[in-house]
Amino acid sequence: MLRCTDLQRYLGQGEGRVHVLKGVSFEALRGQIYAIVGPSGCGKSTLLYLLGLLDQPDGGQIAINGQTMSNNDDAARTAARGAHIGFVFQFHFLMLEFTALENVMMPMRKLGRLTPPQMAERAHELLASVGLADKTHRLGTQLSGGEQQRVAVARALANSPSIILADEPTGNLDVKNSAMVFDLLTRLAKDHGQAVILVTHNPDIANRCDFVRPMRDGVFI
Amino acid sequence: MSPNLLIAYRFLTAKKRAMLMSLSCTVLGVGLFIVTQATTSGFEEFFIKTILGTDGAMRVEDKMQDTIRSMNAGGGSDFIISHREGVKYIEGVEEPKLVIGGLNQFANVSGTSAVLRGNVVVRSSFKNETAQVFGISLEEHLKVSDLQHQIVQGDLATFRESPAGALMGKVLAERLELDVGSSFLLDAQGQLRRYRVSAIYETGVSDIDKTRVYVHLGEARSLLKRPTGVTFIQINLFDKDRAPQDAYQMQEVLKHSARPWQDREKAWLSAFRALSVSSAITVSVFTLIAGLAMFNTLAMIVLEKTKDIAILRSMGYERRDITQIFLWQAGIVLTIGAVVGALVGIIGTFAVSKIPLPINGIFKTETFQVSWSGWHYFEAILTAAILVMAASIIPARRAARLEPGDIVRGTAQ
Repeated sequence: MLRCTDLQRYLGQGEGRVHVLKGVSFEALRGQIYAIVGPSGCGKSTLLYLLGLLDQPDGGQIAINGQTMSNNDDAARTAARGAHIGFVFQFHFLMLEFTALENVMMPMRKLGRLTPPQMAERAHELLASVGLADKTHRLGTQLSGGEQQRVAVARALANSPSIILADEPTGNLDVKNSAMVFDLLTRLAKDHGQAVILVTHNPDIANRCDFVRPMRDGVFI
Repeated sequence: MSPNLLIAYRFLTAKKRAMLMSLSCTVLGVGLFIVTQATTSGFEEFFIKTILGTDGAMRVEDKMQDTIRSMNAGGGSDFIISHREGVKYIEGVEEPKLVIGGLNQFANVSGTSAVLRGNVVVRSSFKNETAQVFGISLEEHLKVSDLQHQIVQGDLATFRESPAGALMGKVLAERLELDVGSSFLLDAQGQLRRYRVSAIYETGVSDIDKTRVYVHLGEARSLLKRPTGVTFIQINLFDKDRAPQDAYQMQEVLKHSARPWQDREKAWLSAFRALSVSSAITVSVFTLIAGLAMFNTLAMIVLEKTKDIAILRSMGYERRDITQIFLWQAGIVLTIGAVVGALVGIIGTFAVSKIPLPINGIFKTETFQVSWSGWHYFEAILTAAILVMAASIIPARRAARLEPGDIVRGTAQ
């Protein structure tokens, strides 16, 4: 479903230019949870952003559902992100001027597959599934860190993407909230047959995934 | 509401103070633009109304005669008699009836009045003043002027019934210490004739009010010893703005010089135009500040919302959506600013029209003159739209160019 082959990525310019990814190949299938682990600076997050089509590789290919995406123009990659990929970031990244419900509806509004009442209904369902049914109309600023991350999980699932990419989704949470968010993410992904690729430093989280891919110096080891 | 508009609205309301700065400048810019244009146009229109009411929309005067043209011997010969080509003007209209007959063929002509003008000395018991006598046929002249509404003492009926009656300008009457019913002498080329003031008029144009005496055309002919012909024919038009085109055609057809009011009053009209443009430029400074404030506000929002931009991009929002979100913000400020500014313009124009301001000289008024024209609102809003939207394009494009990968990695510039 998601496949990348021989990904190359350089960051920086001039003397500061660093070869971050040195020919990474990877494959993710529906219903499976993948953990990418490794020390800071090994290229985990860079790989995740490339897989999420937020960035373009300097070499290699990325294909989603058999369709090569890495060399497409920005508009095609953006459309593919909206339709196939859901993101959960470490720092929640909720839009704070909007309520939890509006944040979850945001990707649906752009995709435009559902009518506004259907969007609201689905957003309510997703927020209920992450345990926030009674906080749908709270602004981002009125939610705790754990609650914000649960809203971010609900938002990542809004368009029923086939792939969920999570960059340290529990990195900013306490143990209790970390476990809750991870359980939610994996349960919902399994229920809906979605592939989850997460980057984490937390060995407990990594050990609970179906596959663990350790990285070092820009390559899987 | 479209998602982009909703996001724009929320982003904007999150920066209330900065937004209010842009908004208040837009309101001031639009409102003041409307008020200044309403007043400058108001005075210009009042001036035009005054001059049309005194000297008419057009005057047909001197007869034009072609001078001798260059001649070529022809037949392959190089022999040429060369002359400077031009037009010779013969003063006055010799055949006014024929010319008026020709003028009446023009669909735009609403009235004509043959006028015989001459220089005189007005002698009263106290003083002598040089002046100009205008011989008119009253009924015809009322069709080409506002004389009826310019009478401030006496009445036209008295003038109509009195062959030796005269209409005298207010300033001239005051200088000569003449009232309605007073008699005076007109001295033209050594010939003295006595007249009586039937009425006193006031146009507000000092050059007219201190020099012009109207008498019946027949009287003027006797006084000035001009049994035939007139000095000029004053014309009124249904559509005054077409005067230059009509003047050109009349000149071609009637072979008499025809001068439209736009040409006759060119100096004053240019002054009004310059005043209008300079006041528009001055008040546009507010709109310029509104544009700069908008630029500043949007630039701040771009800096503060880079993560939101990354989220939106990760969710499938395209670069053009991001551009739209920021242009919508400018659009919201512009729309509110235009509506409130137009209301300020309406209220301001009405308030200014009530301010007492006695003016006498080029026209007579007691209050500010204002013009109610939709064009002022259109121009004000267009100026604001150009400046505010132009100022918004740079931050909007900057926001759209941000790479979501760079933002989440923390390396966005």
